[in-house]
Amino acid sequence: MALLQISEPGQAPDPHQRRVAVGIDLGTTHSLVAALRHGQPECLADPQGDVLLPSVVRYLPDGSTQAGEPARQVQSEDPENTIVSVKRLMGRRLADLAGASRLPYRFVDSPGMVSIDTCAGPKSPVEVSAEILARLRQRAEDSFDSELYGAVVTVPAYFDDAQRQATKDAAQLAGLEVLRLISEPTAAAVAYGLDRGVEGLYAVYDLGGGTFDISLLRLQRGVFEVVATGGDAALGGDDIDHALADWVLSALAVQARTPQDKRAALVASRAAKEALSQIDETFWQATLDGKVRALKLRRTDLESLARPLIDRTLALVRRVLRDARLRAQEVAGVVMVGGSTRMPLVRTLVAEVFGREVLTDIDPDQVVALGAAIQANALAGNSRDGELLLLDVTALSLGIETMGGLVERVIERNSPLPAAKAQEFTTYKDGQTAMAIHVVQGERELVSDCRSLARFELRGIPPMVAGAARIRVTFQVDADGLLSVSARETGSGVEASVVVKPSYGLTDEQVTHMLQEGFANADADMQARKLGESRVEAQRMALATRTALEVDGPLLTTVERQALLALVVALEQRAAGPDADAIDAAVDALAKGSEAFAALRMNRSIRDALTGRRVDEL
Amino acid sequence: MSLDDDDFELFGLPRRMSLQREPIEQRRRELQAAVHPDRFAAQGAVAQRLATQWAMRVNEAYRRLVDPLRRAAALCELAGVAVDEHRNTSMPADFLMRQMQWREALEEATSKAEVQALACEVGQAEAGLQEELVRLLDDRGDAQAAAVAVRAAMFVRRFGQDVEARLDTFKD
Repeated sequence: MALLQISEPGQAPDPHQRRVAVGIDLGTTHSLVAALRHGQPECLADPQGDVLLPSVVRYLPDGSTQAGEPARQVQSEDPENTIVSVKRLMGRRLADLAGASRLPYRFVDSPGMVSIDTCAGPKSPVEVSAEILARLRQRAEDSFDSELYGAVVTVPAYFDDAQRQATKDAAQLAGLEVLRLISEPTAAAVAYGLDRGVEGLYAVYDLGGGTFDISLLRLQRGVFEVVATGGDAALGGDDIDHALADWVLSALAVQARTPQDKRAALVASRAAKEALSQIDETFWQATLDGKVRALKLRRTDLESLARPLIDRTLALVRRVLRDARLRAQEVAGVVMVGGSTRMPLVRTLVAEVFGREVLTDIDPDQVVALGAAIQANALAGNSRDGELLLLDVTALSLGIETMGGLVERVIERNSPLPAAKAQEFTTYKDGQTAMAIHVVQGERELVSDCRSLARFELRGIPPMVAGAARIRVTFQVDADGLLSVSARETGSGVEASVVVKPSYGLTDEQVTHMLQEGFANADADMQARKLGESRVEAQRMALATRTALEVDGPLLTTVERQALLALVVALEQRAAGPDADAIDAAVDALAKGSEAFAALRMNRSIRDALTGRRVDEL
Repeated sequence: MSLDDDDFELFGLPRRMSLQREPIEQRRRELQAAVHPDRFAAQGAVAQRLATQWAMRVNEAYRRLVDPLRRAAALCELAGVAVDEHRNTSMPADFLMRQMQWREALEEATSKAEVQALACEVGQAEAGLQEELVRLLDDRGDAQAAAVAVRAAMFVRRFGQDVEARLDTFKD
């Protein structure tokens, strides 16, 4: 019999100590943070009792910032320095932005991602988003009076690699440990599914301020499996605001020339749109060029403007059904997400496509954050084992450019995540010693119609006749939906390889630099923060290893077990000290030392899963 | 269990062309429940990396097993016959004739009903080839003939995708 282990008084890792993990919905219009309290997910409110934080950031000349409601209120007065709907700019170059001229900002087209020139200097969308995320982090820390263990941040399912990377960078910049990026529709399904214990095939129709997603999910005993997903990362309620503003301005025969007027017209259009979800008639009213302008609007006016945009979403709904080889009648429920689904016409038309009433009983603004909170809690290890598992898919195909500007798809859209696939390519000319690899994302045949993600070169290919070299290109998409690509020449046994990160993401150095800049005035703060982060990581790692040793210690020999335990003890001692670098070194040592143990545990856990199945079958 | 096991071993399924979809789905869920990186979220970077490798391997096997054509190709390869659909494009003459007739029919079709009829015919042809693959692989164990049938079925499928793309161009 194995001896029971007893830890020293005061040293026991308390498995019942709950880790505070939050779900964050970083939205185009609003952002929210939610967490579990007494086993129930709830959105956290600011001191005024508001759960919605307007996704608006204003930069002031002294370098300070306002975010949320105070910034939203001055958006028409200071439009150039007050950034709204920044989510639409994430991971985008100026050339990608449709209708950039309608926006009141001074854009700077920097490589990789557009920036906005403000009175406090150029700001990238990543920095602007980080301001919003930092507010939400503060709100959560105040609510629980505790440091956060980590966060699950939601992204539209249809976000491409650059947009996901930008979102993750923003969270990192805001000092958040990202447990996972999950897609918004999946989060919404979790909020509905776990609440009601539903099973079967569900559709999530998510029309937000800036993005549209449609996902089909199969729910079965706590497993949420995304069957297919589609959408448009640049289609949302904002477009309806723009269409309404254009229509009203032309009806009034006026023009919005200044940034102030442009913003005022949009704000008025948005207010009128929201009112028309409740009532049949309203007044559009704005002060333009110093004069008050007004126009009576009927709901039918708005609906005829919105109809083409809604029809685009319905075409995408039908495509996703076809991709999954499913009929609309097979869907057991349709979950509505996003503020734009408050429009009665949206609800009616979606209900028509599926032939059933849509589900709206969880607040469409909150449902994504609530689901993210449930998943964050599970990833932090607070929930019972096996309760919840999300299996997601890639929304867009990934491939590389081949001769003639054509795309060879390597990973097809709707592949289950995480995904890896290798494909062989060869040389075009005799004696070719280098190959340019251009990674693209999208569904079209021509490179020029797809989104360029990264370019890199493989050099040192031994000279051979055309077509003789074997270049193995490997694509890997991790559980966050982030891509890495490597290439290797295998034909001759000579190898060369390179791994790229998509050029839209920031490098780790850039993030560190931005973090340092933010704390430039408080060097001591910076060090204290670094130490705090190192300690949290050390505790995470030490606790995980101790728990693993308690459960699976018998997989190791006594000597191996003692060696590993010695590394844990060394780490815990370092973590009590003031030297962040020493803590990091001890973390690395434990990570290396536990690699073989982790592999053994993984193999055992798979064997158990299969054995469990075979027992069931008998 | 190891990362090098073939797809069928990994899923604990017999090496057969004729497999039901549901057990494949079921086993994928069980395997992912055991290896998905989310299951190891609190256990550090090493566990994440290993779990990700395993989860990728499970998904790779799943994609091959769940699609009858890729499953047939995997069985041919396990029997030592490469399908090699990108390079080997030699096809029987009557098959190529029918391909050409289909292409012409698609080009000349003007109504949605015509394209739908063609989609239906192509779907039946693919289903027929799948039935033939069951006979060739499970009953006769003839991987050489099966590889030819797999290539034919992949041709038919690609044409079917073109037909569907054409269907998209008609308004509902």
